[in-house]
Amino acid sequence: MIAAVSIFGLWLAVLLQGTAAASTENPVVVDLSKDFVAITAGFTGTEVLLFGTTAGKGQVVVIVEGPAVNATIRHKERVAGIWVNGDEVAFENVPAFYQVLATGSLDEWLPLPLRETNQIGVEYLQIRPLGDVDPATAAEYRNALIRNKQLAGHYGKVEGRMTIVGGRLFRSTVFFPADVPVGVYNIRTYLIDNKRVVSSQVMPLTINKTGLEADLYRVAHKHSALYGIAAIVIAILAGLGGNMLFRRNR
Amino acid sequence: MFLYLPIAEISVNVIVFLSLGIAVGTLSGIFGVGGGFLMTPLLIFFGIPPAVAVGTEANQIVASSVSGVLAHWRRGNVDFKMGSILLIGGIIGSTFGVWLFRVLRELGQIDLVIMLSYVIFLGTIGLLMFVESLRTMVRSRSGAGSRRKLHQHNFLHGLPFKMRFRRSKLYISALLPLLIGVIVGILSAIMGVGGGFIMVPAMIYLLGMPTSVVVGTSLFQIIFVTANATFLQATFNQTVDVVLALLLMVGAVIGAQIGTQLGAKLRGEQLRILLALMVLAVCSKIVYDLVATPDELFIMVTGAAH
Repeated sequence: MIAAVSIFGLWLAVLLQGTAAASTENPVVVDLSKDFVAITAGFTGTEVLLFGTTAGKGQVVVIVEGPAVNATIRHKERVAGIWVNGDEVAFENVPAFYQVLATGSLDEWLPLPLRETNQIGVEYLQIRPLGDVDPATAAEYRNALIRNKQLAGHYGKVEGRMTIVGGRLFRSTVFFPADVPVGVYNIRTYLIDNKRVVSSQVMPLTINKTGLEADLYRVAHKHSALYGIAAIVIAILAGLGGNMLFRRNR
Repeated sequence: MFLYLPIAEISVNVIVFLSLGIAVGTLSGIFGVGGGFLMTPLLIFFGIPPAVAVGTEANQIVASSVSGVLAHWRRGNVDFKMGSILLIGGIIGSTFGVWLFRVLRELGQIDLVIMLSYVIFLGTIGLLMFVESLRTMVRSRSGAGSRRKLHQHNFLHGLPFKMRFRRSKLYISALLPLLIGVIVGILSAIMGVGGGFIMVPAMIYLLGMPTSVVVGTSLFQIIFVTANATFLQATFNQTVDVVLALLLMVGAVIGAQIGTQLGAKLRGEQLRILLALMVLAVCSKIVYDLVATPDELFIMVTGAAH
């Protein structure tokens, strides 16, 4: 309830700001319900509310894009009856997360050149293979990469639809699954009117592990030997503790 | 109730993994095996990345073995001398195994090697145990049960460096337990197992140790070998998830106590048939996964940008 009220408040603030800005140079204004997603022990994925306002003209498209990573796609081949990893293609500049949200069907008002230059839609992502790969193979592996990402819930299968209220306000939710890649995300918003980008806005969203989870991850990678020793000590204590507990009860 | 695992980087159901720990812990208590040969494939079936399953399971086995060995120690069922020889081999083997694990991981073949190792060892051991137990049961039922000789003499007794193992009532070459230790150590690193399921039959059939000391001695050795594997996996591969390990430990420690007491009340041959059937069931599931055509023929591995 409190959250709903505060979000309504935020929305109202945006609305006011939006109407004020509409007359000047900011025809589209966007904000998120939070700019930091904390991955804690109980994290099972989270929804972030995205909301904003336009001057009343045009359509809005929002791209939620995770940090660029490298990815390797391996092709499974049947060898002597069993499936083994065969050929592989490595890609760079792969967004770890990618979703498109729009106020309407993109085909109707977003020209292809605009989609290409702004990388709107998975098919327009500038994912490049590393090394010398022939174009047909690269395309096949690139499609496989996108399928894998979609299956994991990291890429959207279709663009999400944003609801518009009163012709000016739009809002939508973005779902980040439990295994969401960490890092700094970019939320790119475009206001399209008459097949042109009228206005755009870029906003960061940070997703990171916090608390004990973050500390454990850091220690495991920065002080690996110490982490290993601690893991063994914990195991020995757990074994001794369990044994003593049960011996007393006998 | 869900918990986010910091190293596996996924969210898991606490109840499911606690139950897994208790179930596998009970079996490990009964049979004196670390339980890793069941737990590691189960963890993978439940979505834990194979590399993390292997590293974490090594850590968990340290706990269940510490807990289990105390019960056997109190009854005097640990041959420390034999255990130490096995241990020296185990340290050599597990160190080599972790290095091999890293090389295979970089080649993208670690998952396949883990699975194939399971098929080969579970299949062989399961079948051998099954046939052996059936034969013994049939023999004891027909009433012609002749007493087994303490051990048979074969070429293994011609090896040098003979040592006397009082607790096991054996006078054999130290090279044999050393070699068994090395092999089990490699398996412990690559498969995320204590190696009890290999070592127990090897101690009974190859070394000719009395069944009573086999379980305690293998547990004693497993503690140190899995501790070594845990340390090396954590240091070189960062694949030990302590949160997951702790979850499994709590379940396994409870299970191991139940199992040790159950094991004392049940008959040996029936137990061995039961274990053989379970080993074969896990083996069949892995074979199926290797042979069945996957839905997606391309798999993805991500890493941070260079």
